Amino acid sequence: MRFLFGLTVILALLLGASVSAQTEPPVTDSVADSVEVPAIPPPAPVTDLKALDTDDDHGHSVTLTWTKSVDAQTGQNTVNGHQIFRWYPAMMDSLAGVDSLKNMRQDIQRAQSANSVFRRALGVAEDALEDLTSGGRGFDALRFTVATPQDDSTFVLDRAFVEQALRDTVATMTTHLPLLPDSIKGLQASFEAAIERLTEAHQAYPEGGSWNLVGLAAKGDTSFVNSGNKDPMSGDFIKDFTDLYYRVDVVTIDETIRTESAIVGPVQSEGQWFNGGRFPVFWAVIIFGFLTMYFVSRARKGDDLYVRPLAGIEAVDDAIGRATEMGRPILYVLGLGTAADVATIASFTVLGRVAKQVAEYQTELIVPTYDPIVMSVAQEVVKSSYLDAGRPDDYKENTVFFVTNLQFAYVAAVNGIMLRELPATNIYMGKFFAESLLLAETGALAGSIQIAGTDEIAQIPFFIVACDYTLIGEELYAASAYLGREPILLGSLKAQDWAKAAVIVLGIVGLVAANLEWGFAKTFLEYFHVTN
Amino acid sequence: MDFTTFLWTTFAAFVTLATFSFLYKDNPFYKFAEHLVVGVAAGYFVIILWHNGLVPNLFRRLADGDWYLLWLNSTMWWYLIPAILGALMWTRFSKRWSWVSRWPMGLYIGISTGVAIPLEMSNRVSKQLYATMIVNPQNPGIDWANFWGHGGFDLLDVASGFSQVLIFIGAVAALIYFFFSKAHTGIFGKAATFGIWILMIGFGASFGFTVMARISLFINRLQFIDQEWIQHAMNPENMVNGSHWPYQLVFWAMILVVVGYMVFELVQHFSSKGKAAPAE
Repeated sequence: MRFLFGLTVILALLLGASVSAQTEPPVTDSVADSVEVPAIPPPAPVTDLKALDTDDDHGHSVTLTWTKSVDAQTGQNTVNGHQIFRWYPAMMDSLAGVDSLKNMRQDIQRAQSANSVFRRALGVAEDALEDLTSGGRGFDALRFTVATPQDDSTFVLDRAFVEQALRDTVATMTTHLPLLPDSIKGLQASFEAAIERLTEAHQAYPEGGSWNLVGLAAKGDTSFVNSGNKDPMSGDFIKDFTDLYYRVDVVTIDETIRTESAIVGPVQSEGQWFNGGRFPVFWAVIIFGFLTMYFVSRARKGDDLYVRPLAGIEAVDDAIGRATEMGRPILYVLGLGTAADVATIASFTVLGRVAKQVAEYQTELIVPTYDPIVMSVAQEVVKSSYLDAGRPDDYKENTVFFVTNLQFAYVAAVNGIMLRELPATNIYMGKFFAESLLLAETGALAGSIQIAGTDEIAQIPFFIVACDYTLIGEELYAASAYLGREPILLGSLKAQDWAKAAVIVLGIVGLVAANLEWGFAKTFLEYFHVTN
Repeated sequence: MDFTTFLWTTFAAFVTLATFSFLYKDNPFYKFAEHLVVGVAAGYFVIILWHNGLVPNLFRRLADGDWYLLWLNSTMWWYLIPAILGALMWTRFSKRWSWVSRWPMGLYIGISTGVAIPLEMSNRVSKQLYATMIVNPQNPGIDWANFWGHGGFDLLDVASGFSQVLIFIGAVAALIYFFFSKAHTGIFGKAATFGIWILMIGFGASFGFTVMARISLFINRLQFIDQEWIQHAMNPENMVNGSHWPYQLVFWAMILVVVGYMVFELVQHFSSKGKAAPAE
C-alpha cells in the first residue's frame, strides 16, 4: 500500500514537471542575453558619526554613535548591516613588517611554549639516557615497522645510535635551553618598546596604515562600543591616550555594494577614576552602612531589639535534645560554599551555637566539609564553642573533617555517613546546589529530624519538601543573629529590615513615578538606575 | 566495541547499578561505589589543583626567575605573596604555630567580603529595585492599555498590565515576609502570608522543573546501560579472536552477581523475619 502511494506521488511529480516544461514558453538565448540585471545603487551613508571615549569604564574603549542611513528601511539598496573599521598604523598588524606587534606577539608566545615544551622534553630525554646507561632498559636495537601500500618497511636503530642521539639531544638542549629565558625577556622588552611607540605611530594617520574591521552592528543599530583589551599581548588591545580613527560602512545584502561614512577622529580612550554609573550602589552602601552602625550601637547599649521567632531555629534546641536522649550523633552539613559566602558565614554562627549545646549535653557532632578553608574555620568555631561550654577537653580533632572537593563524591560520602551513623538530627545550613535533594532525601530515609537553611533559591524547594523545618533565604542570616544575640549581628539584621522597608516604599513611589509622564518623575527614577 | 572498552563499559554499568542499589538500602556495592568516587575525587582534585591552579597561576608566572634567588628576580615576583600566604595554611599541622594560618584565612575572607558587598548591593538590591519600579524598560510603567492581556483576555500573558501588577504586589509581599522586626500578626501578617504563598508557588514551579531535569538524567543512565552495555554484549559482531563468548561471559557474570546479591538479600530478609517473630 505504501509502495503504491509512493509510486503515485513520484508519477504525479514527473507528470507535473513534464506538463510544466511543455506549457512554459522556451527561453531563447537571445532573450536571456538581452535582460540586464539592474545594478543596485550604493546606499546612502550613515551621518552624524561621533566617536567618544566610553564613560564609566577602565579605559581601552570607544563608543560610536550615528544617525541611520536614509536607505536603512526600504528599497532595493536597503541597508543590511553596519561594519565598523578602525585605522591601524602599519606596525600594528602588518605581517610583512619585521617589528609588527602581531609578529612580535606570536614570537613571544612561540618562545614561551618552546621553553615549556623543551624543559619537559629535556627531562624525558635525561631519564631515557639514564635508563639506557644504567641498564634499566636493556635492548639491542629498536625496530619500527612502517606499513606502506606496497610493502612493510622495517627500520632498525641500534643501541649505539639511540644512545648517541639521546646524548646529542641532551647536550644541545642543555646548551641552548638556558638561553631561552633571556631571549624571551629580550623579545618582551622589544615588544614593550613597540607598545610605547604605538601612540606616535597613530599620529602618522593616514600615512602607511590600513583600515581594519573591528566589529559589526545590526541594521537597526545606531551605536557601537569598540571595547578593546587592556592587555597588550591581546590582539584587540586598545592603547589609552592614543589617537584613534573610525569609519562606519553601510552594506547591502551584497557586501560588495557599500558606502563608507565620513571618517571620525581623532578620539582617545581613557579610564575614569569613578564609575558614575554605579553611584546608586555607592549611596545604597553608605546609607546601609550608617544604618548598620546605628543599630549595632543601639544593640551594644543594651536596647532590646525584637526579632520574631523562627520555627526552624526554635526546633534546633529540640533536635539537639532529641539526639541526646537517643544517644545518636548530630550531623551538621555546611554545604558547598566557600568560607567567603555569606550563607556559609551565617552557618558558622549557627554551628557555633549547636556545638556549644552539643558540648554541654555531651552529644556527638559530625561535621563533614567540602572546602579545606571551610573546614579550618569550622574547626576553630567548634573548638571555641567547646571552650565556651567549659569542656575544652571533650573537643575531638576529627569532629570536623574534610571529605572531598567534588560535589557528588561529597554527597556519596555524606549519604553513607547518614545511613551508617544514623544521626538523630541533620542540620543543613549554608550554600547548596544539586546535592540538596540527595542529602535531604537520604536523611529522611534514615529517620532523622532535619533542619535546613540556604539562600540558594533553586534549592529551597527541595529542602521544603524533604526537611522538617526550612529557613528560607534571608531567614538563615536572621537565624545567626537570633541565636547569637550578638550586637553586630542583631544590628545588621535590624539595618536589613529598615533597608527592606525603604525598598518597599521606594518601589511603590517609583512605580507611581514610572506611570507619570512628568519630567521630574523620570529624573527621580534615574537616581536608582545602575548603568554600568 | 573492542573488548577492553567493553570491560570498562561493564564496570561503568556496574557502578551505575551499585549507585542505584542505594534506593533499596545501604549495601556493600554502594559502599564500594561511594569509596571509589570519593577516592578518585580526592586524587582528581589534587591533579586539577596542580594543573589548573598552581602551574598556570604561580609556576608559569614565576618561570622567568631563578630558584636559587627564590624567584625574587622574576618580573612577576609579587605572585610570591599569595604563594607564601597559601603555604602558611600548612602551619595548621603544628599546634604551636597553627594560629599563623588565621592570617591568610582572615585576608581571604576580608577581601572576598569586600568584593561581595558592592556586587550584592548592585545585583540584588539596586538593579532589582529599579527593575521593580520601571516594570518594562521599553515602556516604563504598568501597561494599562493591555491590562487583561495583549489581544484579548489572557491572564497568563506575562507582559499584560495585570501580570505586572501581580508581580509587583508579589515582590512587596515577599519582602514583607522577610521582615523580622515585627511579628506576623494583623494586616501585616496577612501580607506576609500572601508573600509566602507567592514564594511557595515559585518554589513549586522550580521543583517541578528540576525534577524533570533529574528524570532526564535517570533516562540517560538507563539508555547508557541499554545502548552502551547490553546491546554491545549481545551484538555477535563484537568478537575476541573470532569468538563472541567473552562478551557474553562478562555480561552474564555481572548479571549473576546482581541476581546473586538479590537472592542473598531475600534470604537474609526472610530469615531475619523468622527470627524476629515474637514467641507467643
